[in-house]
Amino acid sequence: MANIKINKKLFEKEIGKLDEKMKNKIAMFGTALENFDNEEIELEIFPDRPDMLSYQGFKRAFLAFLGKKTGLKKYKINKPAKDYKVIIDSSVKNIRPHTACAIIKGLKLDNYKIKELIEIQEKLHITIGRKRKKLAIGIYPLEKIKLPITYKALEPDKIKFIPLEMGREMSGLQILQRHPTGKDYAHLLAGKSKFPIFIDANQNILSMPPIINSQLTGKITKETKDVFVECSGFDLEILKKCLNIVITSFAEMGGNIYQMELKTNKKELTPDLTPEKTKISLDNTNKLLGLKLNEKQLKKLIEKMGHEYKKGFVESPAWRTDILHEVDLIEDVAIAYGYENFIPEIPEISTIGKEDKKETIKRKIAEILTGVKMLEISNYHLTNKKDQFTKMGIPEKKEKDFIEIEESKTEYNIMRKDLTSYLLKIVSENADSEYPQSIFEIGKIFNTNNKIIENENLAGATIPGNFTELKQILEYLSRMINVEIELKEAEEIPPHYIDGRCAEIILDEKVIGHIGEIHPKILRNWKIKMPVALFEIELEKIFEKLE
Amino acid sequence: MNQKLIESLSPHERKIIPYLGEENINEICKKSNLDKISVTRALEYLQTKKIVELEVQTKKIVEIGVNGALYKKKGLPERRLLHLLHDKRIIPLAEAQKESGLSNDEFKASIGALKKKALIELNNQKIVLNANQEEITKKTLEETFIESLPVEYDSLSPEQAFALKSLQSRKDIVQINEEKTTNIKITKLGKELIKSGVKTQNLIEQVTSDMLKKESLWKGKKFRRYDVTSPVPSISGGKRHFVNQAIDYGRRIWTDMGFQEMTGDMLQSSFWVFDALFTAQDHPVRELQDTFYIDKKLELPDKKLVQTVKKTHESGIGGSKGWRYVWDEEDAKKTVLRTHTTCLSAKTLYALSKLPIDQRRGKFFALGKNFRNETVDWSHGFEFYQTEGIVIDENANFQHLLGYLKQFYTKMGFDKIRFVPAYFPYTEPSVEIHVYHPEKKVWLELGGAGIFRPEITIPLLGKQIPVLAWGQGFDRIIMDFYQIKDLREVYKNDITQLRKMKFWTKQ
Repeated sequence: MANIKINKKLFEKEIGKLDEKMKNKIAMFGTALENFDNEEIELEIFPDRPDMLSYQGFKRAFLAFLGKKTGLKKYKINKPAKDYKVIIDSSVKNIRPHTACAIIKGLKLDNYKIKELIEIQEKLHITIGRKRKKLAIGIYPLEKIKLPITYKALEPDKIKFIPLEMGREMSGLQILQRHPTGKDYAHLLAGKSKFPIFIDANQNILSMPPIINSQLTGKITKETKDVFVECSGFDLEILKKCLNIVITSFAEMGGNIYQMELKTNKKELTPDLTPEKTKISLDNTNKLLGLKLNEKQLKKLIEKMGHEYKKGFVESPAWRTDILHEVDLIEDVAIAYGYENFIPEIPEISTIGKEDKKETIKRKIAEILTGVKMLEISNYHLTNKKDQFTKMGIPEKKEKDFIEIEESKTEYNIMRKDLTSYLLKIVSENADSEYPQSIFEIGKIFNTNNKIIENENLAGATIPGNFTELKQILEYLSRMINVEIELKEAEEIPPHYIDGRCAEIILDEKVIGHIGEIHPKILRNWKIKMPVALFEIELEKIFEKLE
Repeated sequence: MNQKLIESLSPHERKIIPYLGEENINEICKKSNLDKISVTRALEYLQTKKIVELEVQTKKIVEIGVNGALYKKKGLPERRLLHLLHDKRIIPLAEAQKESGLSNDEFKASIGALKKKALIELNNQKIVLNANQEEITKKTLEETFIESLPVEYDSLSPEQAFALKSLQSRKDIVQINEEKTTNIKITKLGKELIKSGVKTQNLIEQVTSDMLKKESLWKGKKFRRYDVTSPVPSISGGKRHFVNQAIDYGRRIWTDMGFQEMTGDMLQSSFWVFDALFTAQDHPVRELQDTFYIDKKLELPDKKLVQTVKKTHESGIGGSKGWRYVWDEEDAKKTVLRTHTTCLSAKTLYALSKLPIDQRRGKFFALGKNFRNETVDWSHGFEFYQTEGIVIDENANFQHLLGYLKQFYTKMGFDKIRFVPAYFPYTEPSVEIHVYHPEKKVWLELGGAGIFRPEITIPLLGKQIPVLAWGQGFDRIIMDFYQIKDLREVYKNDITQLRKMKFWTKQ
């Protein structure tokens, strides 16, 4: 989520006083007021509205919403002068194929406005730019550049210029290796045989997108009046929209927009502020919102959101990126109508509520076990190899059937294979709690043999515990749910049980779990100083029986 | 009144009452034939019944030590050395030690003590007696003091105090002990009670099964009265984990509203978690650093659905422009730990698409654990609970959504709520539910809602039918109820804590 900060004085001068009514309006516009003090107002802008990521963009949309300047905002676009050209060389095709460019003239910059320019750029980089992966924006002082400009790709060692914030010339590769910004974004050019550059008619490099501008030809100062703006990336549609967002903000700051000619095989002029048409039906709008609007009302609401309504369709500004479908316009209608003005209503649709059958059975089992004074615990589904294997007496090498998680940020990096190891972990962590302890857990466990197996299990333990006592509990449970189980001396016992004190739990001739006393060597691994009796069973078979 | 009091006396209390006038506890023990612990405890009970007042005094007593006892019999080392000198007047040091039979320490201490009293002088490795007969035979302050022991510390005379100080520097001659004495003061009530005579009435203590066999054993008899207010040791019972209690509560709210539960696997294909929900394949939520991936691929559902989803992403469906990129089937097969329960909603919609069009309706909910690749701190964790509901209804609209939300949140106990515009990738229009915090006087974000986009409903349901959807994290509701400040405590299994945890009583 991106936030914008607005000078409070400027806001109150150009938009209105920040009173309770205004705060409510801001919320009802969908731009949450995150913070404010006497100096600044901080608003949260949702990711579908990058056009509001600057004060200028927010003001434009919000003034319309307040009914002050409704409808589609028009900007004058000047035709390109003679050399206003960007030649796009075919060498960028497989590297960073597209760019959309413009020239803005007559900016009166001060430190505050320069800060604003940089912020627009950075906010767009982070959001629709996907951290410069999808697109990057460059702004350059026109007075330092000789037009026309060429966009091409060169071998990294042939690229040589002084990058911003560096006192010396560096090669393309050196920038990625040594420049702080270069290092941050090096992954975006990694493995490419050539790097993209903008270069002017004097063969001065302007920048190496999406990494960094040149100190000589790519730095805006208070003296700068005219600028060259480019967006480079992979999706020309998005690049054009992004360029429109940037240059209309500049126009709001007093600049004049000039087109540039992009020369590939064909010629194209950017920027293009032709509005986008989307169909809208009054019926669909009323049906989806539950309203009874007439066309005049629809037109008024649509125009409060900065669009133009023509019969049956809407013309949307060329800087809006979020209009994919009629429903996106209908939401705008709803916002303009005011969420607070809708009347909540419950339709008469008769349905019968039902909880999942397995959940009912799990709850019953839990009730039975709490009835014999057991305490339910609830653990993570993720664990680690040390707890799952090493401490359970299974050498890691012997274990193959576990599910590993890629690049976990914590030590929890495999899916738990059983509940037993977690029960022992809890016993081990609770040596200070009063004994006797008696605990159980119901939950999912994860196994794999080519396929992923996800099952519900139940495990219980008594501490200090012995076989007889726990067997009593297990048999009580089996009687209470009326599912007959049988215990047999285990032939192959899991390594954490004592041989001769472990039984297989059998349901319909299938082994569904084990019960027994935990071997001292395992208790030692867990630093447990009390005898533990434990059982774990699969619940899936029991679900089948009971359903 | 007194009768009730008498009936409440335990056998021990009754036994010692006649001897309350005795000088001290030991005497009471002797007379009553009870041990000291029983007598002390009985006295405390009598005090709570206001029959006696106990006054505990601590006294410091100077007593004779192990060595002191020995010296009392044999004389202090310096006395023994003085005896030796009395005979010889001058004697070499080495010879003096040998003949006196004193240990090294004793010998040194004796020399020191005698020198201090100026009874001897040391000259050229020899001891020279420097006192007259009277001075020699006179008892020293220390000797007198030892003989007077034990004495009370607070009543020492200046001479005794001086002697104590000099003896304290020597090993185990004297020691100071604290002695507690309890003074028993019988109250007015107590005196009346004794006067009236606490007779050894035949009060029944425990009711036993033997007693019940014969009516004569209890008929007409009195039962000793218990002090029903006296504290008893606490116990704890079996209990469901508090998180599961909260989940049952959430589940009941949904079923009360006529919703049917959806459950399903935690490990799902990216197709169900992301693609079917119109989340573009380059969307940041799909990155490894936000989502847990498993290095295994899952099978995709039937070809027709996959093809429709592909088309929806690439060029749109039902009037949508789509995301305009090349959709990769392999990306959709990647296994993830579900990041939300909405994948279950997607599967439910798809299951409904198998039914005739007019039957593709219903109300469903899910409540379960989800995962994200996150570190653990007081407000974050890699596992979290979420709940969500969907309403599939040809005639559903935005006002209905707000109606359901109002009902749902009122049931959850939130009276003052508001709806504000929001953005969620799956819904359009979208709403955020804010709840008013009366103490902080601010609106807090609680949950999200909206109507599923046609890019989701057309491929899954086979038709653009409105699907109202809303959901919210459940951990915060749990933390609010139990006033837990640190999220980690929700996932910790501290048995002592679990035993103390209150039951979920929110209605």
